[in-house]
Amino acid sequence: MLAFIFRRVLSTIPVMAIVAFAVFMLLRLSPGDPASVIAGDYATAEQIARIRTQLGLDQPIYTQFFAWLGQLAHGDLGVSIFSNLPVSTLIAQRVEPTLMLALTTIVFSIVVAVPMGVVAAWKANTWIDRAVMVFAVVGFSVPVFVMAYFLIYGFALGLNWFPVQGYRSPSQGIGLFASHIALPTLALSAIFVALIARITRATVLEVLDEDYIRTARAKGQIERKVLFHHALRNAAVPIVTVIGLGIALLIGGVVVTESVFNLPGLGRLVVDAILKRDYPIIQGLILLFSFVYIILNLLIDISYTLLDPRIRY
Amino acid sequence: MKLNRRAFVGGVVAAPFLARSGFAQGSASVLRVIPHADLKNIDPIWTTAYISRNHGYMVYDTLFAMDASLKPQPQMVDKWEESSDKKTWTFVLRDGLSFHDGKPVTAEDCAASLIRWSKRDPMGQQLFSIVESCKGRDAKTLEIKISKPYGLMLDSIGKISSNVPFIMPKALAETDAFKQVESAVGSGPFIFKKEEWVPGSKVVYVKNKDYVPRKEPASAAAGGKIAKVDRVEWLYIPDSTTCMNALMSGEIDYYEQVPGDLAPVLAKAPGVKIEVLDPIGAQGMMRFNSMVAPTDNEMVRRAIVRATNQQDMLAAAVGNPDYYKLCESLFPCGTPMESKAGLDLIRPPSKDEARKMLKEAGYKGDKLVILQPTDIPISSAFAQVAAKTLRDIGMNVDLQAMDWSSVTSRRAKKDPVDKGGWNMFPTWWIGGDLLNPLTNAAMIANPDKAWPGWPNDKKMEELRQAFANAATLDEQKAAAAAVQQRSIEIAQYINLGTYFVPVGYRDNVKGMIPSPVQFFWNMEKTS
Repeated sequence: MLAFIFRRVLSTIPVMAIVAFAVFMLLRLSPGDPASVIAGDYATAEQIARIRTQLGLDQPIYTQFFAWLGQLAHGDLGVSIFSNLPVSTLIAQRVEPTLMLALTTIVFSIVVAVPMGVVAAWKANTWIDRAVMVFAVVGFSVPVFVMAYFLIYGFALGLNWFPVQGYRSPSQGIGLFASHIALPTLALSAIFVALIARITRATVLEVLDEDYIRTARAKGQIERKVLFHHALRNAAVPIVTVIGLGIALLIGGVVVTESVFNLPGLGRLVVDAILKRDYPIIQGLILLFSFVYIILNLLIDISYTLLDPRIRY
Repeated sequence: MKLNRRAFVGGVVAAPFLARSGFAQGSASVLRVIPHADLKNIDPIWTTAYISRNHGYMVYDTLFAMDASLKPQPQMVDKWEESSDKKTWTFVLRDGLSFHDGKPVTAEDCAASLIRWSKRDPMGQQLFSIVESCKGRDAKTLEIKISKPYGLMLDSIGKISSNVPFIMPKALAETDAFKQVESAVGSGPFIFKKEEWVPGSKVVYVKNKDYVPRKEPASAAAGGKIAKVDRVEWLYIPDSTTCMNALMSGEIDYYEQVPGDLAPVLAKAPGVKIEVLDPIGAQGMMRFNSMVAPTDNEMVRRAIVRATNQQDMLAAAVGNPDYYKLCESLFPCGTPMESKAGLDLIRPPSKDEARKMLKEAGYKGDKLVILQPTDIPISSAFAQVAAKTLRDIGMNVDLQAMDWSSVTSRRAKKDPVDKGGWNMFPTWWIGGDLLNPLTNAAMIANPDKAWPGWPNDKKMEELRQAFANAATLDEQKAAAAAVQQRSIEIAQYINLGTYFVPVGYRDNVKGMIPSPVQFFWNMEKTS
């Protein structure tokens, strides 16, 4: 097991190197030039060229790439072209809202969706099952921003229960934090609840026909224990896989949710950077997202061994 | 105290509602503002971005400043004098001026700041092309010697929009003009809290208690700059619907630029007011590339101008007639240089006339590329209407959609259209940037110094120089009219009309200053 983890951690290095190369090249080959944006409307070609020189953008691409790699090797993600602040500082300023939104969304989605899926499987082909599936279809179909505006209209502007926008850290008070994160979490969770509920229903339904479930029932186990102890545990591997993939999808959803609810997180940081062609920020964030994705996959693989003792690495 | 499970769950559920009263009510001493853009950098000389200019007005002060009638008035200056031969200007600083670090403002600080500004700003470059020396005669007296009389000295150092000649400490002002300054130590009415700055989200300013305002009432950028709130927070919200909702719910006090489509909703919202503060407005502009076919042909450009109807453009881009007006003068209507010179060449708009002109110009169906910045709704609409108009008169139009960053790099290309070049792109300027032939970048006709589009016309440059040399207001008006006439003859760009962007605010906010630029001094919250 330890050898497996070590091998997987080692394998992140070439993967990250490929991501770094691809991101760097894609950015340099895409249209747009930060020097032109900075120079403004009055700038002459000579002034734009001078700014490019200041930023090092006049160097050959391979020189810029190796200079950036050299910085990375020293743990330095570079400095924002526009704000002149270190990328690591900008990420540190923004990581908490994104992390908190992701955590609350995952926790809320699992807590709601897994029981929903299990109950839907248990009551398959009844109105309960159909209601859960209708909810799942709606959750899949309604875009995050539409869900967000409905929630704002109903719960913030209509009922005045929650604020329209903004973020408060847990350090400013759990009440303030909860009130600010509630609607973004609900908006972002809809799709994950739908996704996890559907896969839970499908896998539990499959497992419920197995002999050991019949045996458990024959032994007089209460239905709750049959469902959650025997059926759910044996159906857990695909559910955990989907949850893991869902977390990766979360990155896209976070961008929209952060914009609509004005959460100062990483999603908005990357969009702003792309619009301005702030290369160091884009590169740093995509590397970070890739790293998180790789680690998540590793954690999911490790979790398989806990859920299914037959799996060994 | 023992916390059982039920009490904990109850507390968590109740907490948001108990805390609710804290969202909408801000302290009367804190003004929460949604600015028009995110403050990405803090050097208003390094960039022309309007948001950096507005940041500059918070933190820095200026020697002179434009009042509401667009006349330069003394701001940091107490007394000033022009020598009898009109070649030496002396400016004496008023008492009590100090930077945020406590050091007094000196004439050397002013000289270094003007020199740095002159390296980036076209009006500064024009002025400093005749400056022989700019230095402190003593701690409080700045002396500028010029090689020939110059009628625009005060207009230049009192320029209202980007780049504004803000006065920085000498050590900061000696930074290369092409490199950002590292800090924002000024002598203005507010102090920038760099440690609270979160780019993309939040900018914080606190009142400069040591600032000594002028005695005159505030008038645009001039007069007494009295900070009436202890703290101003710029909270950048990218989504306009969220901005509207935040203002309606009272979480925000002031929304700097309300999109036209949301204005009617906000106008009906309780506790919210909508108002246009900029008396001049912004001008839509379609820029021609004068170097690349088919718009390298002057007659083709004039035909396109003739076909363009401001009413069509503004109706599509702005929509609400309350927020736009037709104004054919290239200098903003209602400002001193407004003129009708040359308009008979291009007006009234007529597609039939435009078709005839195209035929006379020898247009053979060459592809014409319009760049469409889809992330700027007004400019995007201008591009779409232009494409339809030109197709109507028989032109072969290629409308290319992209984001604004791509437009800025693409427009720098001088290649033919089949090699990535372009013919037209839409944009807009605030009227404060177009007040005269020197501030209007689109009127420069020296291709080495011109804005993308690179018109090449010696006569135009001579006329702009004549404006710079004009000594009196009447001479300046005559010179500006001649410049406008020539600009229309050579069709440097199309004026797409004037529009106004309202501000939205809670009804307890008072003291807004009518001006082309947003200022935050004089503003207060009554409760």
